[in-house]
Amino acid sequence: MSESPLLVVEDYHVGFRTETGLAKAVDGVSFTLNRGQTLGIVGESGSGKSVLNRGFMGLVSSSRMIESGSVLFDGQQIVNQDRQDLWGKRIAMIFQDPMTSLNPVMKVGKQIFEPLRRHLNMDKGQARERAIELLTSVGIPSPAQRLSQYPHELSGGMRQRVMIAIALAAEPEMLVADEPTTALDVTVQKYILDLLRELQQEHGMAMTLITHDLGVARGRTDEVMVMYGGRKLEHAATETLFADMHHPYTEALLASTPSLAHPKHTRLFPIPGSPPDIVDPPPGCRFSPRCMYAQDRCTTDNPETTSLTDHEYACFYPVGSDAGAEALKHNQDAGQTATGLKIGRAKEGAH
Amino acid sequence: MTDTLKPTDVEILDASDQVPADSIAKKKLGIGFWLAISWLVFIVGLAVFAPVLPLKDPDQNFIQTEEKENAITGRVTESPIQPPYAPSGDHLFGTDSDARDVLSRTIYGARVSLVVGFAAIAFGMLIGGSLGMIAGFFGGTFDKVVSFLFLVLLSFPALVLAILITTLAERSLFTISLTLGILAVAPVGRLARAATLVFAEREFVAASRTLGAKPSRILRREILPNVMIPMSALALLGMGVSIVAEGALAFLGLSVEKGSTWGKLIRTAVNSTSDLENAPWMAFTPIGALFLTVMALNFAGDRLRDYFDVKELSI
Amino acid sequence: MAGSGKAHLRNADEVLLRVENLVKEFPAGGGKVVHAVSDVSFDVAEGETLGLVGESGCGKSTTAKAVIQLPPPTSGSVVFDGTDLTDLSAEELRQQRPQFQMIFQDPISSLNPRRRVRDIVSEGLEIWGGSGGGAFTEGRVDEIIEAVGLDPQEARKRRPHEYSGGQCQRISVARALVLDPKVIICDEPVSALDVSVQAQILNMLEDMKDRYGLTLLFISHDLSVVKNVSDRVAVMYLGKICEIGDGDEIFKNPVHPYTRILLSAVPDPANPFAGESETLDGELPSPINPPAGCRFHTRCAYAQDICRSEEPQTEQEGDGDHWVACHFPVRNDAPAAD
Repeated sequence: MSESPLLVVEDYHVGFRTETGLAKAVDGVSFTLNRGQTLGIVGESGSGKSVLNRGFMGLVSSSRMIESGSVLFDGQQIVNQDRQDLWGKRIAMIFQDPMTSLNPVMKVGKQIFEPLRRHLNMDKGQARERAIELLTSVGIPSPAQRLSQYPHELSGGMRQRVMIAIALAAEPEMLVADEPTTALDVTVQKYILDLLRELQQEHGMAMTLITHDLGVARGRTDEVMVMYGGRKLEHAATETLFADMHHPYTEALLASTPSLAHPKHTRLFPIPGSPPDIVDPPPGCRFSPRCMYAQDRCTTDNPETTSLTDHEYACFYPVGSDAGAEALKHNQDAGQTATGLKIGRAKEGAH
Repeated sequence: MTDTLKPTDVEILDASDQVPADSIAKKKLGIGFWLAISWLVFIVGLAVFAPVLPLKDPDQNFIQTEEKENAITGRVTESPIQPPYAPSGDHLFGTDSDARDVLSRTIYGARVSLVVGFAAIAFGMLIGGSLGMIAGFFGGTFDKVVSFLFLVLLSFPALVLAILITTLAERSLFTISLTLGILAVAPVGRLARAATLVFAEREFVAASRTLGAKPSRILRREILPNVMIPMSALALLGMGVSIVAEGALAFLGLSVEKGSTWGKLIRTAVNSTSDLENAPWMAFTPIGALFLTVMALNFAGDRLRDYFDVKELSI
Repeated sequence: MAGSGKAHLRNADEVLLRVENLVKEFPAGGGKVVHAVSDVSFDVAEGETLGLVGESGCGKSTTAKAVIQLPPPTSGSVVFDGTDLTDLSAEELRQQRPQFQMIFQDPISSLNPRRRVRDIVSEGLEIWGGSGGGAFTEGRVDEIIEAVGLDPQEARKRRPHEYSGGQCQRISVARALVLDPKVIICDEPVSALDVSVQAQILNMLEDMKDRYGLTLLFISHDLSVVKNVSDRVAVMYLGKICEIGDGDEIFKNPVHPYTRILLSAVPDPANPFAGESETLDGELPSPINPPAGCRFHTRCAYAQDICRSEEPQTEQEGDGDHWVACHFPVRNDAPAAD
């Protein structure tokens, strides 16, 4: 328990210079990740969840990118450093679409041998043996034959398993899983997520699981961090977050998701509008234009992060607090929020 | 007073997406593009308005004379100087070896060169573009035949074809344009076919079918506006190529029989090495015009394609 | 599973759309044939939403496209309002087109980037002549654009790339609605959208359905979404229907082994089947050479000899609107495993 965290991210920023100004893709995010833990990072497109991870891993090779802040990996500052020696060996990454990260004209075997020989200095025979072992461990049938196949000869689920095998080849301390199952069918998704959990426990790996799916985050993580417009809005232990969420965005996101628990034609609660423009974000709280709790203050001041034990949130009128309830009542009486969203009593038949 | 109002008791009435969709930055074509366009407008303007511009007659021989004292008789006589004459206030770009004004001949030459370039590529676009689009859209036997035709045209040595036509037929503006136009059919057609194949797969084409649009309407309203973009970029490049090709034909003495073209001007200028050494303005004025025009066409074509490509991606 | 049969079909006069023995095959080169959809029958009553759900390769999209004859099925009949669409000539079919429209998955690919949004929406009226005169056309187009939650004035000026993904889906819906269709086929209409926007579009679809009296065929791989929007649900696997019936009933009481596995895999905390540890073993068989008998038998924990040789027919499950094609439906939580 007293072990120091594997990853400490503090006030981390990633910006991109664009023609219209600086796009603040990640805007001052802080978190820590312990060994063996899984942190779920939840958000919609443009929330910065993916850029955050690619940023601190040094995977964004763009001259337009600027990063600042502090990221300590195992005590070592890695921001603005060359991180290539970490890749594969200490931090590995798997992506949404395995087809883009596998080389289409190289046999699967060769792609697995390479990190083994590079990072672990294995010879050909050892690498082959280990590759078969790895493919077996990710549940690929007849692994020896697969080595001589090309990626396009495998199904999507199989490819993702090969990606996981490659990522885990050098037994990294941390795995970044960026929407690893979004492109897959649910039954395959379940298999891959089960597999990841199993392998993680086996190797004591830390993991960030980036997902837009609250169901996945809820079932597969120890902690969940909710991101929106490049900022962290809420962060708590998974159970705490779903039992007692404080940020209106988290609540709205959950209410907008259809659930198997509800009967057919249950009215959903969409979040109006679209995710914010990160080049020219709204002033104050970035969620305020779409938030039904929004008060005048939300449109001018950026709420500081409130830290409770195991629960952080950045909101002036948190859900479940008196202030939040009053804000909602105030808006309902006024018929609109401070940002002009028209609201009223929900229709019958809504959940 | 803390009424436990749950957020699910409240509904946002205005469910529409009311964020103004104004965030897409307008892409810029850049100063280079506008410089290129300015040059093209300038040269086309000169060519079109040449007869009404205060230009010298391109066919007049401006023989200059000098007073010469006859060594024997001592009489001073006006005697002609052997042209070509170097650039002067009178002839800004000098004259050729027949004492004709190079600037004015270059501008009149532009009339033919530009028409040949434009007509050739227009022919290529019309024939190649339509064939390619129809073949790509309908597929089947027609597609096979057309694709084979394009292949044959591309495989046949272009120069041989050009020589063949120009030696057999009268070398008029029409035949030269047609010859180069035929050469443009295959590259333009293949591009049109490939682009059509891509867009025909897009769901807006399927949507148009479900609305009940006939194939001709789909081709016209849905496919053509999209295929036009890569086609116009190619057309600009193709125009440049055609102008240069006319020059090449002229070099072989196979360009139009009457009137001057840039190709013919260059050819006459470099006919003898002494001319090229002693009167470089004769060759380099039309070469400069040709070079600037073709470069402007290529540059504008490139920029145009990039411009629309980016736009397509940012959707 | 993955059986055939028509026991679940209702009387022809009760339904708007009736699909019988639908087969769609594609040539796969080398004389092989992809059996994408094999002998599928279903019907949709007026004002109803039928959800087609299944994983990739199950043939749900191909089925939907065959229904609107784009491209037409290899065999089988699609009877719409008393007319068999597969019997029509090309021109007769074109005359019927305004009755059934389609909304696609990809909001970007389904809109022509070179046309202004209002022109995209009014295209249907222009094709059919807009014979009611300019004012009718103008009014109709503006009304529809407003109904889907967009500003008609903006739509005159802008092209699709100036709108967000959710707004593009609204434009697609508007284009589909302008001809006042009876049936709309929604092919994964919200799969490419963010969760919060997805809810906007689903609600809007429900509103449009009420307002314009639509009948929907809704295709999705997302079971929660299908459950939310559908009256009836059909679960597909490898070109066949496994289970079909009332949505609430099927999601509450699935009896086909495949439906149960599919449901148990949904990462929904409220999923009553999430605890089930069954997983789908092996790979999806190739549709070029589908298994004989029940197509699911190669991956089914309950498969017996009969499943390998004889294809199950749809039979009523219980006494409600619930039909299953399985020799050994799983009726309770204590199934007799083999």
